[in-house]
Amino acid sequence: MGEEMSRKPYVREVPKHTWFFRHPRYMRYMAREITCIFIGAYTLLLVKGLGALAAGQAAYESFLQGLQGTGSVAFHVATLVLAIYHTVTWFNVTPKALPVQIGEEFVPNGVIAGAHYAGWAVISAAVLLAAGVF
Amino acid sequence: MAKSNKPIVWGLFAAGGTVSAFVIPALVVVTLLAALGHAPAGLSYQAVHGFASHWLGKLMVFGVMFFSLWGSAHRLRITFYDFGVRADGLVATVVYLVAAAGSVATAMYLMQL
Amino acid sequence: MSKRMVEFEVLRYNPEKDSEPSFRRYSVECVDEWVVLDALNHIKETIDPTLSYRWSCHMAVCGSCGMMINGEPKLACKAFLRNYEGVIRVEPLQHFPIERDLVTVIDDFIGKLKRVKPYLIPKKDKPLTEGEFLQTPAELKKFKQYTMCINCMLCYAACPEYGLIPKFIGPAAISLAHRYNQDSRDGGRDQRQEEIATTEGVWECSFTGACSEVCPEHVDPASALQQVKIKSTVDWYQEHLMPWVKK
Repeated sequence: MGEEMSRKPYVREVPKHTWFFRHPRYMRYMAREITCIFIGAYTLLLVKGLGALAAGQAAYESFLQGLQGTGSVAFHVATLVLAIYHTVTWFNVTPKALPVQIGEEFVPNGVIAGAHYAGWAVISAAVLLAAGVF
Repeated sequence: MAKSNKPIVWGLFAAGGTVSAFVIPALVVVTLLAALGHAPAGLSYQAVHGFASHWLGKLMVFGVMFFSLWGSAHRLRITFYDFGVRADGLVATVVYLVAAAGSVATAMYLMQL
Repeated sequence: MSKRMVEFEVLRYNPEKDSEPSFRRYSVECVDEWVVLDALNHIKETIDPTLSYRWSCHMAVCGSCGMMINGEPKLACKAFLRNYEGVIRVEPLQHFPIERDLVTVIDDFIGKLKRVKPYLIPKKDKPLTEGEFLQTPAELKKFKQYTMCINCMLCYAACPEYGLIPKFIGPAAISLAHRYNQDSRDGGRDQRQEEIATTEGVWECSFTGACSEVCPEHVDPASALQQVKIKSTVDWYQEHLMPWVKK
C-alpha cells in the first residue's frame, strides 16, 4: 500500500444571507442585534426633538404634535418592546463580561444582573417621575 | 500581525449599550404617551427647556444621546455584516458619520439653550 | 434490555469517488440507553464497515466525537437516543471541511491553538532551586474554568462568525489564551495579545454566545472573549494615551 491517498476535502459553504434561519438561537441573536435599528432611530428622533426645543416653543410644540398618529404609536410600541429586549439581554450577560471576585468566590451572576435590574427600576422611576407620568 | 483599533468603537459601543439599556425604555414610555395624545406635564416646553438649560441637564442629555447613538451605530455595523453585506468599510463610514452628525447636532442644540 | 428501531440519516462522503456528500439512511436496532456513538459503532460493526468517524473515550472527556446531530453540535457519546424522536440526522461538525464521512479537517483549529502560545510563559526565569510557584485557591479560581476545555470544537461549529469568517481565531483558542493570561504564574500576556488583540482575534466576536451554549464542559468561552475585549480596550487606551506607563 505505497500509493498516496487522494485527499479532496469538501467545503460546505455558509449561506451568508440566510444562515441565521438555521437555528432558533441564531434567530434570538439577530433579534437582539436589530434592536439597535429601533433604538438608533429613536435616538435620532430625540435629537430632532432637541432641535425643535432649541428653535423655540412653537417649533417644540409642533414636534410634540407630530409625534401623534398611528405610525408613530406603532414605532413607539415596537421600539419599547425591542428596547426592553435589549435591556434584558444586556443585563443578563454583563456578569460574564465583568466577573467580580471577592475573596475566593465570584459574585453570583444573578446578583450582578439583579443589581442592574434594580438600578434600571430606580432610573426608570426617576425618569417617569420627572416627566410627570406619576 | 498588528493589533486592532477596534477598541475605540467597541468601548463606545459597550458604554452605549449600557446607557441605552438603563434609560431608553423609560424615555420611550414618555414619548409613547405623547404619541397617544397624552403628553405628560414634564414634556411641556417650559419643563424640558428648564431641564436642558441647566448645565447638569445638558450633561445628561448629551451623555444619553452621544452614547446611545454610537452604541447603536457600532451594533448596526456588525448587523449589516451578519446579514451578509460585506462592504464593512463603507458601512462603518456611514454609520459612524451618522452618529458623529447626531452628536454634533446634539451639542449645537444644547449650546443654543 | 429494551430495544427499538431507530432511523439514522448519515452524511457520507468518499473523496476518492464522490464529487459531493450525500445522505445514507440506516435502520438500526438500538438499546434504549444508547448514545448516538453506540449506534454509529453498531452501524460500522454490522451494517456498513466503510463508515468513518473519530471517537475515543466514549465518556465526554477526549473531545474526539464532535458532530452535528439534528443540526446541533454535540459529542456523539453524550447524545442520548432517548432524547430524540424520529429520524436522527448525523453530519460532520459544521464550519470544517469534510475529509471523509464524519471526519473533518481540523488543521485550522490546531494551528490556531498553537498561535495563542498555550503554555506558561513565566514572568522571569525561575530555576528549580528556587522552588515551586505558589498559588492561592483564589488565584486558581480566576482561571480554573477555562482549563476545562477538551478541544472538541463544538464551539467553532456553533459560532456564526467563524462560519462566516474562517480566519477568526475562534472561541476555544482565545479562551485558552485567556486561561494563561489569568494564571498568576504567567507573564506572557503581551505576547498573546499580539495574536488575539487583532482583527481576526477577539474583535471578530459579536457575542452571539452560541459557543457557551454548546460547550459540553461549561467552559463558557463567550465570557472569556468578552473579558479579553475589555482588557484589550483598557490596554489600547493606556498604550495610546499614556504610552510612557510600563504595564
